[in-house]
Amino acid sequence: MPGRRDFLRKTAILAPTALIIACGSSQSAALPLAAAPAYAPKYFTQDEWSFLYAACGRLIPDDEHGPGAVELGVPEFIDREMEGAFGHAAAWYMQGPFAAGAPEFGYQLPLKPREVYRAGIAALDNHCRRQFNNNTFSGLETAAQDKLLTDLESGALDFEDVSGKAFFGFLLQNTKEGYLADPIHGGNKNMGSWKMIGFPGARADYIDWIDRHGVRYPMPPVSVSGQRG
Amino acid sequence: MADIRKPPVDAVLVGFGWTGAIMGMELTEAGLNVVALERGENRDTYPDFAYPRIADELTYGIRNKLFQNLSRETLTIRHTSKDRALPYRQMGSFILGDGVGGGGVHWNGQHWRVLPEELRLRSHVIERYGRNFIPEGMTIQDFGVSYQELEPYFDKFENVCGTSGKAGNLNGKVVEGGNPFEGARSREFPLPPLADVYGATLFAKAATELGYHPFSEPASNASRAYTNPYGAQLGPCNFCGFCERFGCYVYAKASPQTTILPVLMKKKNFELRTRSHVLRVNLDKRGRRATGVSYIDAQGREIEQPAELVVLCAFPLHNVRLLLLSGIGKPYDPKTGHGVIGRNYSYQMMGGVSLFFDHDKPMNPFIGSGAGGQIIDDFNGDHFDHAPLGFIGGGYIGVIQTGGRPIQQMTLPKDTPQWGTKWKQAIKENYLYSLNMMTHGTVMSYRDNYLDLDPTYRDGYGLPLLRMTFDWKPNEFRMTEFVTNKAADIARAMSPKSMVVKIKNPGDHYDTRAYQTTHNVGGAPMGTNPQTSAVNRYLQTWDAHNVFVMGASAYPQNIGYNPMGLVGGLALWSANAIRRQYLKKPGPLM
Repeated sequence: MPGRRDFLRKTAILAPTALIIACGSSQSAALPLAAAPAYAPKYFTQDEWSFLYAACGRLIPDDEHGPGAVELGVPEFIDREMEGAFGHAAAWYMQGPFAAGAPEFGYQLPLKPREVYRAGIAALDNHCRRQFNNNTFSGLETAAQDKLLTDLESGALDFEDVSGKAFFGFLLQNTKEGYLADPIHGGNKNMGSWKMIGFPGARADYIDWIDRHGVRYPMPPVSVSGQRG
Repeated sequence: MADIRKPPVDAVLVGFGWTGAIMGMELTEAGLNVVALERGENRDTYPDFAYPRIADELTYGIRNKLFQNLSRETLTIRHTSKDRALPYRQMGSFILGDGVGGGGVHWNGQHWRVLPEELRLRSHVIERYGRNFIPEGMTIQDFGVSYQELEPYFDKFENVCGTSGKAGNLNGKVVEGGNPFEGARSREFPLPPLADVYGATLFAKAATELGYHPFSEPASNASRAYTNPYGAQLGPCNFCGFCERFGCYVYAKASPQTTILPVLMKKKNFELRTRSHVLRVNLDKRGRRATGVSYIDAQGREIEQPAELVVLCAFPLHNVRLLLLSGIGKPYDPKTGHGVIGRNYSYQMMGGVSLFFDHDKPMNPFIGSGAGGQIIDDFNGDHFDHAPLGFIGGGYIGVIQTGGRPIQQMTLPKDTPQWGTKWKQAIKENYLYSLNMMTHGTVMSYRDNYLDLDPTYRDGYGLPLLRMTFDWKPNEFRMTEFVTNKAADIARAMSPKSMVVKIKNPGDHYDTRAYQTTHNVGGAPMGTNPQTSAVNRYLQTWDAHNVFVMGASAYPQNIGYNPMGLVGGLALWSANAIRRQYLKKPGPLM
């Protein structure tokens, strides 16, 4: 597994858009991604895309418990979200004045999520270049990547232009969303996470199982699109 | 100045959710020409809630497709009057409705009445525990209306909704199987209880063994096919697990769309105008009578709609803001305690226990209804002696499995990391085997928890946002500790592999980020004293007799239950007073 992870990481640096094909070829038949055309990011630049692959791979890694965020297409999900209402904060109150407050009052920055990603990735990669011999985040060993993510999460690592905590917060929130949401949004390819945890997805009719107490529901998941797992 | 002045109507309804639909039905039945103004879009079961599109957690449950878009209007929040309030920029601790049906589209259908003693809380506490039991700064009041007076209207609303449940008290006699603590019902529920999920049966068994009195939660999710008194039809709930935050695709959840609109929308004396955002209620020169309302229509024009009767049917927070923006009633001043608009804002305090079972006990968490489950009411209201406990209020405890939507409803054991291999391992091992028990508790009203207009932040029309000043108080921390520890006892008796008890503790502040409940109440309290209430016991404003204010803004403090049964009952009670008394002789009803 470490060898494969290294392969993924290095491939991500060199040619991120080729990654899905590479990933599919090295993965089991359960992930028929090799057949799908590689997703080309619409919002993120190639450098940002490399970061996103590396970070998603650490937040939800591919391991013996099941597929990881990269394998399930979470970077694609996040890229699509950046272009949609979420990325543009279209349903949030974004009028000033902007003032800092206690954490209980939630997000109070003037930046939209897509701007937080852009500023956050740039700031993190700049930090990495200074600290790690001109390497960006995606070029680091996984242990160093995990340490950086942990420091962002705790606030130990923060930036002038953007809150490290807010950046990490969106990154983790969106990674989990992409991992667990319906595949129609670009992540959770082939309903990989749903199969792992046992969620039947969009079946949304359990009249035949409400009285089967203590008996595991037997049907595999379906997607809103009609895809069956 | 208005761009357009519309022909006068008999009555205008501001907001078209549950109370707007109820009032629309009642006032058109009385022969009035009624116009309802709804700021959001029209929506109906088909196509807006149709399967499979509705079974999409991200779009509806997380990105809030059916809720208010906060970009144009929100409110600001602070903990104390010394703080600077900050905008509620994203939906968090409560979720505001929008569009036809309002919150009535995406509620759970938890359909409670109210406990008789809660309607006369101040009097009741003084009678049983003495005046000194009410702490300094707590401003609890009586509602000014009794349970007996409201009973016919509770009954009517339950029959409109096709509520599923089992009576525990029929005409004063406690009957087997229901809630023995409830107020007397004049007849059985219109439908039998919903079937229980596995976890609810485990809860009921453990609660019974501990000597408590479990019963099925009253649910406006139909357990059988049903035709209501208006002729609207409901289908049986299929436990889809996409209820709260979603519209119901099988016509099982009672909503304005499923129970009232099929009939109301056909009436010739009723007109609905969507995308019509009311700016203010207009008053005559003396400020004692409304002349109608002004609103911005879908094309951005300012419209004046004259009306003989104005009924505010928006969400409590919005009703209060409209009263303040319109200059109806004296704004509340926390320094002096004088004034009534914005007074006694309150909320509810939630706690709970998460249980994790061995793999021989799958809970199938995705099998869920909005309101089906088992409850105990032993620690709600005044069903236990508060004297040694030193707090007022209580809450119900129960297992309501509303769904296992994996982004929002993933429940994990204590100390699970937020990400990485261990997080993934935890969701894999626990998702199917987790169960949540909740404690749903009262919050009293206080002199320094209130609503007013924000001096800084404005909406898309340039008008001041509402400002909420609110934080938790010692009484509520004591309440939730007591009730949630009782829940933990029940949880232990259910023999989980592990459990996590969630209790708010002294020092915790109101947190606007994580969802808690949308039971925001008060701000325009009802009562019999114009010095301490904004509306009288018929929900008529003291200051302008042809303005009525529906909804939970009328609560002088919060109750232990979910509010909709009482809100619906109060709307019908108010409608009856309008029909029987007010229309015959317009003027103050008190």
